Amino acid sequence: MAKFYFMSSQREEKQLVPRKDTVDLILNYSKALSVIDYKNMKFEALLN
Amino acid sequence: MKDCTLSDAVLVNNYIKGDETALSTLIERHKQRIYSFIYSKVFDRDVSEDIFQDTFIKVIRTLKLGKYNEEGKFLPWVMRIAHNLVIDHFRKGNRMPKFEDNGEFSIFSIISDGDLNAEKRLIKDQVEEDLRNLIHELPEDQKEVLVMRMYRDMSFKEISDKTGVSINTALGRMRYALINLRKVIDKNNIVLTN
Repeated sequence: MAKFYFMSSQREEKQLVPRKDTVDLILNYSKALSVIDYKNMKFEALLN
Repeated sequence: MKDCTLSDAVLVNNYIKGDETALSTLIERHKQRIYSFIYSKVFDRDVSEDIFQDTFIKVIRTLKLGKYNEEGKFLPWVMRIAHNLVIDHFRKGNRMPKFEDNGEFSIFSIISDGDLNAEKRLIKDQVEEDLRNLIHELPEDQKEVLVMRMYRDMSFKEISDKTGVSINTALGRMRYALINLRKVIDKNNIVLTN
């Protein structure tokens, strides 16, 4: 697929931030991830 | 945002102690810089989103597992993770054969994507790691038989020859290994399914 980079690349670079969905996914992943300590081991569990 | 005056080191510390909003503040504070850095290398919004996401998944896992030891240098550390993931992305790109869809022949008509998606792959890796850790805790004789049977695919006859015990003893050790694994899994509510 053709891509044209010469259009407005400078304008885009000023406001380069990740999408809200991406940030939300990261925050939800963080909330869901819990680490269980057992003896000397650590288990990860994703709780939804 | 309420934590905007706190330093990165304090926020990281709060997050490790369980304050989820600290992570939100850290992302809000640094997202533009990290995302711009990634985009400046890959020049693709979708790929940048993926790498940004993978970067923070790595950050979260490292912090929650207590493996972070660079207090006060949060941003350089995250940037290094992002940088490594960008390199991984380009390495992967070089290894992958490229096909052009010219209309006459579409590669997607004969190749289906049988791979696990990112989430399932993550879970699979996690389950396998948990299981390896559990096996590591078994008594030596049981661990030996289980590893030979399940990982090296040896028959009980071969295991018996190799370990110098009877086939029945090897079978018994395998049975106790599984019982012990189940016990620990039940006791700690460990989920080992994808």
